[in-house]
Amino acid sequence: MNVALLEKISPDEKQMRQYYSESLVSLIDSGEPVLAFDADLMRAVGLLPYKKGREKSIYDCGIAEANMVGLAAGVSAEGFVPFVHSFAAFASRRAFDQVFVSGAYARLNVKIVGSDPGTASALNGGTHQANEDIALMRTIPGMTIVEPTDPAMLKNLIPKIAAEYGMCYIRLFRLNAPRIYKDGSDFDIGRSVMLRDGSDASVIACGLEVQEALKAAEMLADEGVSVRVLDMFTVKPIDREAVIRAARETGAIVTAENHSVIGGLGSAVAEVVCRECPVPVGFVGIDDVFGEVGFTPLLMERFGLTAKHIAAKVMDTLGRK
Amino acid sequence: MLSAQERKELKLFAADIRIQCMEEFRSIGAGHVGGSMSMADLMACLYGRIMKVDSRHPRMEDRDRIVVSKGHAGPAMYAALALKGFFPMDELKTLNRIGTRLPSHTDRNKTPGVDMTTGSLGQGFSSGLGIALGCKLKSLDNYTYIVLGDGELAEGQVWECAMFAPANHLDRVIVFVDKNGYQLDGATDEILPLGDVCEKFESFGWHAIDVADGNSVDEICSAVEAAKADTERPKLIVLNTVKGLGCPAAFDPELPTNHNMEVSDRIADEAIAALQLEKEALL
Repeated sequence: MNVALLEKISPDEKQMRQYYSESLVSLIDSGEPVLAFDADLMRAVGLLPYKKGREKSIYDCGIAEANMVGLAAGVSAEGFVPFVHSFAAFASRRAFDQVFVSGAYARLNVKIVGSDPGTASALNGGTHQANEDIALMRTIPGMTIVEPTDPAMLKNLIPKIAAEYGMCYIRLFRLNAPRIYKDGSDFDIGRSVMLRDGSDASVIACGLEVQEALKAAEMLADEGVSVRVLDMFTVKPIDREAVIRAARETGAIVTAENHSVIGGLGSAVAEVVCRECPVPVGFVGIDDVFGEVGFTPLLMERFGLTAKHIAAKVMDTLGRK
Repeated sequence: MLSAQERKELKLFAADIRIQCMEEFRSIGAGHVGGSMSMADLMACLYGRIMKVDSRHPRMEDRDRIVVSKGHAGPAMYAALALKGFFPMDELKTLNRIGTRLPSHTDRNKTPGVDMTTGSLGQGFSSGLGIALGCKLKSLDNYTYIVLGDGELAEGQVWECAMFAPANHLDRVIVFVDKNGYQLDGATDEILPLGDVCEKFESFGWHAIDVADGNSVDEICSAVEAAKADTERPKLIVLNTVKGLGCPAAFDPELPTNHNMEVSDRIADEAIAALQLEKEALL
């Protein structure tokens, strides 16, 4: 791992889906045995413009996610490395048994990309809002789960995921993610990044919540509370060492995720903390409720996922120290 | 067309597969008798004549691939594999024991000669198509055979596959439907009537063949030959079979179902004695 942070978080003109599609196409064009399968969402993930001339590598399976995942499992048995994409709700909930049996139980090699997770489903609403995809995938033995935080990380991780044999769920925010890391940063799957050190509490975040966690740490610093922030982009296998260190060295932990508080990053962190070094843990995430329609920032406000909510949760958790 | 000798050998092989199925079930006291016995003749034709496989090299690159999507019929596949030397015959008696290489449903990681893990119905069709696609991309000159049950056709995933294969020109795929007419809860046509399966697949762009006697080695082999003559479309062969064929107790009117049934020594002995007579009549 060789990670460099930008001095300041900065907006990016280009969307995550473009980086994702370019990364995949670059692997295909360099002769890697990578194949892309989609369920009528190639336009949504930015892959459609690349299909022409690459018909042997990029397939539209139609609106048929179960078959898409099964096909991918089969083609991986022949040595290919398939990436399948749909919205997170369909890539996880809808095709779960295919992911489980044809992919994972058969010990095959399918990379499942679920886009628009949690509140990123925005105007598609509750049917499309996957607040439980991490929870589902986490129950599958051997499944790796990553949620790339920014463009530099996404570009770095896609070739690594392709190169490493095994099932992997990639939780993909499709739109413009703020740039946090310098291009060329090198990440290790399974190792978190400490974005900021602190001594009073730690916020362990993934996905959209990483930037909120950083903002919350700034807000708390103004009040004299020193907060460590970890980017836990690999939810499984979780970086146990970093979680244990955070518990030992800061004595309180708050997790933050764009996902249900049941079964996701918070649960994964709590499982480690309870066993290894019990300290107070607070959970920022979507409560045990269904998703709703609305613009993402408004949904984040409604479900309590903003920096302000994280800061309040830190104070609350500190009170239980 | 089979010669008299070829016909005799395939029938003997089918009888041996049935005998070994009964031995497998007897060893654990129960099993999926109905759907294993109904496809014994298909296994005999595939492993005895049609498929290019090598028991010494079960993962030989240019072999034909096979996915038994109705994974619960694993015992029939295991019998054929053992009889062909993929693993020792004795191992058949480990069926469903802890740590066995022969689990109830077929598993690519456990059994030499098994290409895909199945058991959740409908899924082997997709993974079989994926395997066929992979072989095609590798320019292999082989076939991928997929075996479905008729009850399995109720799975929505089957119809996703029915559309995908012709759209993607998977012309080296031959799918069999072991149409034995029954599923766990009863007659398939009383639960969800299938209508004309061949017509449905034809309309999606498949070459479909209906085999009146799906337990006839002659008819199975002829259908595969006819299917291979079509080099453009994926192929579907509907085998009208008899569920439990070769196990008299499977037809006991008092038995609620032969889908999964108890197999005592008496039941196994009775079936094996009848199958031995069938073999003797052939010799």
